[in-house]
Amino acid sequence: MTSFIIRRLCQSIVILILTSLIVFAGVYAIGDPIQILIPADATQAEIAQAVHSLGLDQPLYRQYLQFVSHTLHGDLGTSFVFNQPAIQLILQRLPATLELVCIAVVLALIIGLPLGLAAGLRPDSALDRGIMTGSILGFSLPSFWQGIMLVLIFSVTLGWLPSSGRGTLGTILGIHTSLATWDGIRHLILPALNLALFKIALITRLTRSGVRETMPLDYVKFARAKGLRESRVVYVHVLKNILIPIVTVVGMEFGSMIAFATVTETIFAWPGVGKLIIDSIMKLDRPVVVAYLLIVVTMFILLNLLVDIVYSFLDPRVRLGAAE
Amino acid sequence: MKPAFLKNPGRETTFGQALQGVLDSRPATVAAIALLALVLAAVLAPWIAPQNPYDLASITILDGRMPPGSTGIYGDYYILGTDVQGRDMLSAMMYGLRTSLSVGVLTGLFAMSVGTTLGLCAAYFGGRVDTLVMRLVDLMLGFPAILVALMMLAVLGQGLDKVILALVAVQWAYFARAVRATAVVERRKEYMEAALCLGLSHRRALFSQLLPNCVPPVIVLAMIQIANAIAAEATLSFLGIGLPVTQPSLGLLIANGYQQMLAGLYWISVFPGVLLLIVVFAMNIVGDRIRDALNPRLQK
Repeated sequence: MTSFIIRRLCQSIVILILTSLIVFAGVYAIGDPIQILIPADATQAEIAQAVHSLGLDQPLYRQYLQFVSHTLHGDLGTSFVFNQPAIQLILQRLPATLELVCIAVVLALIIGLPLGLAAGLRPDSALDRGIMTGSILGFSLPSFWQGIMLVLIFSVTLGWLPSSGRGTLGTILGIHTSLATWDGIRHLILPALNLALFKIALITRLTRSGVRETMPLDYVKFARAKGLRESRVVYVHVLKNILIPIVTVVGMEFGSMIAFATVTETIFAWPGVGKLIIDSIMKLDRPVVVAYLLIVVTMFILLNLLVDIVYSFLDPRVRLGAAE
Repeated sequence: MKPAFLKNPGRETTFGQALQGVLDSRPATVAAIALLALVLAAVLAPWIAPQNPYDLASITILDGRMPPGSTGIYGDYYILGTDVQGRDMLSAMMYGLRTSLSVGVLTGLFAMSVGTTLGLCAAYFGGRVDTLVMRLVDLMLGFPAILVALMMLAVLGQGLDKVILALVAVQWAYFARAVRATAVVERRKEYMEAALCLGLSHRRALFSQLLPNCVPPVIVLAMIQIANAIAAEATLSFLGIGLPVTQPSLGLLIANGYQQMLAGLYWISVFPGVLLLIVVFAMNIVGDRIRDALNPRLQK
């Protein structure tokens, strides 16, 4: 077990180093970092000063080491647009994105699981076919298009829900959240649904195939033979077993949802990191872009590591397979 | 000419099988015909579109924001309406489809070439080459596509070539994985042994013997990845970090229209969106059908 965790940790560190190398190469080594890193209206003296203070007169490997050491000290440069440390900007906006992602995960589970169960328990019925067709739609519609349609239907045509912003924030247990006020919840519904739609389709399909694989197994027959009620068989015996892969997938998808939130946040003007990164890319605010990429990739790698470790506790085959 | 015994005997051509598979299913046939018509419309756009939407002389600014089915002040008929600048939406969509399809097809072709070559090499040489390539594939597939594309575009900047490069970087891994899986099995068959005994060079053994037998999964994947590339490009352009405004793809049309949609001008955004959906859907349906047709396990 310990050796498995250590091996996975080493892999994660290698990936992190690779990412930092790519980001470094992209932003600092290719092109003229001076143009990227200082404002265009700088004087000659300021440029010379910057070259020295950024260490650009040093050899490339020294520059990389310096970049890494700055990064490890939490210094990722200062945003040109906001004139604030980039890392601070990201950390300010991260809660809004995490809120959106968490709500979307919850939505995906409370909608996807029942749909998957309903489809899986009556395979090839009209209900099953309807749900499956719906899930194909959920998969193949580009997420930005789904978002636009949600806005068109619920904001423009029906006028039920607001289409942009986060609404009034309140405080629950010391956390600023849209969930605390009715206005906030109204603002949250469309973006969360937009981010969740793809995952709803995914969880529905996973649940359905899990149910279909599990129902014919001996232990289910045995549970029935013991005279248990059908609802107990399904909700306790079957559901417990199919939850393991679903929980794993949800864990893995959490990271990708943070990346996908860029689309949702752009459509709904949600003030999170996704909106920030798109704005920063367009305004060539490189320090913020670098900070975002490093932070999100790190979160993503840590999440995957966590999921792998949890999974290896749940399923001994993973541990044994990795030890070979 | 390769000796007759080196050919894999008793098989119809892959293309014939795929075509038969599509024709056997009504939805797939409809999708394929629709796709063909759309591709034609896109290719022939400069000749058959009602106007050239990017030639300032041919658009009338006074005809701006007209709903579908209106007639402009000079008697032009706008079946799908006009955008803010008075551009005929139908023409803009045909030109947009042209851009979207080129990005999709070019991405698919490049990703296919890179991925197939690496996948074949991984299976053929095995050992360290295999480990290296597959590690790289795992790494790429471990990250969400949009994050990789975002990272590349943040570093490279906007542009048609850069979008294609970013999407190829995302997609080659799927091809490499699929090709390797097939090639590992093919590698152990007698015809490969024979090829090696004959002393064929690595290059010939790889490309003239191994490659033709790994084609079916590649075709299916290419179809689906082209659709994915079109959708991904639309997403990136919608975000404003994909194509520049001088090369308006469907995604950009949708993005421009989105600003107007909140003011009630739904058609500027919705029609390009519907077209995008039809293209992506049709490709997926045809791709699925070809996959089933080429899957030996599903054949009687």
